[in-house]
Amino acid sequence: MVKNPQLAIDTRPWRDPTATPFVRLRNVTKKFGDIFAVSDVSLDIYKSELFCLLGGSGSGKSTLLRMLAGFEQPTAGTIEIDGQDMTHVPPYNRPVNMMFQSYALFPHMNVEQNIAYGLKRDGLPRAEIAERVAELLTLVKLQGYGARTPHQLSGGQRQRVALARALAKRPKLLLLDEPLGALDKKLREETQFELVKIQETLGVTFIVVTHDQEEAMSLATRIGVMDQGEIAMIGEPTDIYEFPNSKFVAGFIGSVNMVEGVVTEDEPGHVRIRSEELGCDIYVGHGVDCAPDQRLSWAIRPEKLALSRERPAGRFDANVTQGTVEEISYLGDVSVYQVLLASGKRLRVTQTNTMRGNPDAITWDEAVYLTWGDSAGSVLTV
Amino acid sequence: MRRSWFLTIAATLGFAFLYAPIISLVVFSFNESSLVTVWSGFSTKWYGALLADPQILGAAWLSLQVAFVAATIAVVLGTLCAVALVRFRRFRGRTMLAATVAAPLVMPDVITGLSLLLLFVAMEGIFGWPAGRGLMTIIIAHATFCMAYVVVVVQSRLTDLDLSLEEAAMDLGATPVRVFFDITLPIIAPALISGWLLAFTLSLDDLVIASFVSGPGSSTLPMVIFSKVRLGVSPDVNALATIIIGFVTLGVVAATLLQRRSRPKHPLP
Repeated sequence: MVKNPQLAIDTRPWRDPTATPFVRLRNVTKKFGDIFAVSDVSLDIYKSELFCLLGGSGSGKSTLLRMLAGFEQPTAGTIEIDGQDMTHVPPYNRPVNMMFQSYALFPHMNVEQNIAYGLKRDGLPRAEIAERVAELLTLVKLQGYGARTPHQLSGGQRQRVALARALAKRPKLLLLDEPLGALDKKLREETQFELVKIQETLGVTFIVVTHDQEEAMSLATRIGVMDQGEIAMIGEPTDIYEFPNSKFVAGFIGSVNMVEGVVTEDEPGHVRIRSEELGCDIYVGHGVDCAPDQRLSWAIRPEKLALSRERPAGRFDANVTQGTVEEISYLGDVSVYQVLLASGKRLRVTQTNTMRGNPDAITWDEAVYLTWGDSAGSVLTV
Repeated sequence: MRRSWFLTIAATLGFAFLYAPIISLVVFSFNESSLVTVWSGFSTKWYGALLADPQILGAAWLSLQVAFVAATIAVVLGTLCAVALVRFRRFRGRTMLAATVAAPLVMPDVITGLSLLLLFVAMEGIFGWPAGRGLMTIIIAHATFCMAYVVVVVQSRLTDLDLSLEEAAMDLGATPVRVFFDITLPIIAPALISGWLLAFTLSLDDLVIASFVSGPGSSTLPMVIFSKVRLGVSPDVNALATIIIGFVTLGVVAATLLQRRSRPKHPLP
């Protein structure tokens, strides 16, 4: 298949205000007894997207997925798929298929029968079903496994049968509940890319639920971070990582250093924050929606901090602080330094190990300077 | 590991205690003598005598009919009941139903029999059905107490069944009824068969309840044996008992094997 070269905007319909969303959730709420599992979620998902719902356990992500599949009815709000109201349509009448976390392969049927089950329910002729099943087995690279029962398959093979079965009816929307959760790390990485490839080839809209942020980052076109039944942030992986909108999102995705400070200068072009914890001023090179004397948080990723023995030439009399190396964890590609500041605050700094066995590397108990750029951190007010 | 002599002796004694009477019964069924307790030589003549006895043959046929129909009814009702108990997580009177379903398991047969008899008499008085006691009342009575056992067997299998299997089928376009017949039923089928065999065996064994609810001309096999034994034990009863033991053993073994097979050896993760 030859892909036409596309402009970035074509593949990112969520950046186009005139685009029509494929899945629309409007103020969806689900209560179990007195507990809000999902509360007032509104969400637009576009055609051919691979959207990840990311959150911890109990964040409501699975409940949201089950409402899209039709296994749960929303307490309030509407669910629209491809322009049709699906809120109260039972699961067997929805143009949606789901891949279950446990895979839910029918144990009394073989692989072929499992994949054919949905097609049989549609009353397709036998020859057509056989053809489609063969096509799907090829897609998931399981040719020759059709006669096996689920018990005779490995975890990875079961996962692929489950995927083939969910894709069999050419659903407009595929829901995946922790699709890689039961696989070991190595297999997970391989399968991850295969999943993206399949999604891109077929152009089906995927909604993936996961608690694994790495999985979400590498799979998704966009991520919806969920916390306590609400969507905390929606954005592309880079937005979520580099420009988190809250302390929760910053802390949930990746590792982060978070310090508190007080705004001392609030100009349209820059902001200066005094931080006792850091022992220096933070100079932010862009305007921020805040007020003088406001207490707020500032978050910076470990890889955005630079480590040096000599005092770097700091600009604006800010963004440089001092500490001692307390701990180093060597991870191969990078080393993580834990630096203790005078205030007792500890910062994590990662350094890429570009040189093999560097004899001059900064080591334990050394006094070091930390510095960062004027747009390296995020100012967080919530 | 070496087995301790204590365990060997304990096991031997236990088995002896359980099976010595049965073995002696089986052995004496092949006794030539017409005196039950005196061994005089090997013979199968009492089995022959049995086949020539129309009363016993009639009773055996009746018992098989009752057991077959009662077991079938018990499986249908018991399965519905188990599905209700397992699948509908909460409904009014669920605990009540669970308790009352299990009650016949521990209820003395005399009480079950007596209460059913009173019920049948009252029903006949009010609705005119069932007219008199006989085959129908025995079947209803047996279905009633066997159902409890079926519920227990099916319930445990249903509890093990992953709910997402049913959801997956529904997701692929199967209506709830379709899901039950395509997914739930085949997966719990071994439990249904073992429940049926158990019910069949229990019905075949029952004397007390049948005695209460049977009527003239509808004596089950255990009732005939019991009345024969009251007139003195004759060797043909030994032969009959041996045949019944054979049947019951087959039923129980088959039920156990099926139940074991119905549990997946490697549970899906």
